[in-house]
Amino acid sequence: MANTGWDEFEIGAMLRTFEGEAGDTVGTLQEDRNYTQNSSFSASVADWRIEKPVFNKDFCIDCQFCWVYCPDISIISRDKKMIGIDMDHCKGCGICVEVCPTNPKSLLMFPEQADEESEIANWPAKETKEK
Amino acid sequence: MAFDKMELRDIEVWDGNFAAAQALRQCQIDVVSAYPITPSTPIVEGYSKFLADNYIEGEFVMVESEHAAMSGCIGASAAGGRVATATSSQGFALMVETLYQASGMRLPIILNVVNRALAAPLNVNGDHGDMYLGRDSGWIQLDAYSPQEAYDLNFIAFRVAEDHEIRLPAMVHQDGFMTSHTAQGVHTMDDDTAYSFVGDFKPMNDMLDFEHPVTHGVQTEEDWHYEHKARQHNDLMTKVPTKIEEAFAAFEKLTGRKYNQVEKYDMDDADVAVVCMGTSVETAREVASEMREKGIKAGVVGLRVVRPFPFMEIAAALKDIKAIAALDRSSPNGAAGMLFNEIAGALFNTDSKALLTGYVYGLGGRDLTKKHLTDLYTELQANVDAGKVLTPLQQFIGVRGPKLAFL
Repeated sequence: MANTGWDEFEIGAMLRTFEGEAGDTVGTLQEDRNYTQNSSFSASVADWRIEKPVFNKDFCIDCQFCWVYCPDISIISRDKKMIGIDMDHCKGCGICVEVCPTNPKSLLMFPEQADEESEIANWPAKETKEK
Repeated sequence: MAFDKMELRDIEVWDGNFAAAQALRQCQIDVVSAYPITPSTPIVEGYSKFLADNYIEGEFVMVESEHAAMSGCIGASAAGGRVATATSSQGFALMVETLYQASGMRLPIILNVVNRALAAPLNVNGDHGDMYLGRDSGWIQLDAYSPQEAYDLNFIAFRVAEDHEIRLPAMVHQDGFMTSHTAQGVHTMDDDTAYSFVGDFKPMNDMLDFEHPVTHGVQTEEDWHYEHKARQHNDLMTKVPTKIEEAFAAFEKLTGRKYNQVEKYDMDDADVAVVCMGTSVETAREVASEMREKGIKAGVVGLRVVRPFPFMEIAAALKDIKAIAALDRSSPNGAAGMLFNEIAGALFNTDSKALLTGYVYGLGGRDLTKKHLTDLYTELQANVDAGKVLTPLQQFIGVRGPKLAFL
């Protein structure tokens, strides 16, 4: 693809989303879809990110707030259970952390190079509110 | 939803605008997205009236500007419809940003451009400033000299533009007021014959094909942009002229009316020739015939296809001419005129020894009279007799004040 010449592509500023016919694509999960190499789903933009969200499932209540609010459809949820984050498309905006209602939060932002396991091991404790 | 057919006489008295509107009706345009501007307004107004009177199955989209008009056309065309609109002058200038989008996206939109001067000073009359503004936009540009040609060239434009090997938008130009508002006899086609020439619209990668989802208008940077532009230029240079010739031949077979990329008049044995566009071609033809009676072998070359520029055809038409005048109806604003430069380029590597001079004329609707052209042919003959150009290379015709000439 990257080496094809001017006479080797389809005309128009046009790209196809799927290989072949779309069929019942709507009823399938993203990982089961036949995306083309040109689809944005096939491309990683992970290097746009300087901070990343880390997910700690110990505190998650599966409220789906992060899934609803994520502007890049990068929260992976299956059967209404939060599974993790699509790190190929997450831009590190931090909105998921902002909307997370648990105490402590189930999602926190860390520098891109932070080690996930050690950050989860040192997760902040529950904040106590003074009455 | 059915629509009614219209009974037309064999010859109708139409101005250029109404002729173009009738062509849009007979081609059964799906979407016209338009914003009015003098002198092109009656074209889209005509479509709208035909639509309201149930002569068309389509949509008329009223928008807030010419930029939005062409944007609407781009969306409708990408969605898979047969699309057209019309504009002039300032409206055309506002469309320019979207003109490049339409051609780069390879959408076969037809734009009727009723040529009008560009402000400032504001002016509603005809010159070719807007036509020249569009000449690098990647569109096919056809030029009509009369209402008949404005009618005919719309059909030819659709046939060429929509061909799947071409898929490029096309402009049909006519002179503001001189053509657009001057009623003449127009030989018509009946609705079925006219529609058969363009045929049913065949969509390509349309957005409404839900089985094959596509993204239109994508971004490419240094890795892909150049290849797309190269492909577009290649298709304009190599594929479009052939398809235009095929369409001209098919149209002649259907109607008996013959068009050529370069329209030659009395050129076979001519010594001197005027090259021009628009209504000036008809005036020049009349004067050329009169010059013949005075012993000057005068000819006229009219440019029918402005883009892609018929480089080889113009060189062939002018190869034996001794003195050529290139008439540009647009101020070059700091250069030789476009036609002067294109003709010079076409003849430069040939054996032609022609004496080439350029003339600027008719800005803002200023008349080009028979007297102007008589003097011009006389000047060309004087150049031939002297064996050299006796005047500056660029002169202004018909402007008040001291003689204006350069180069």
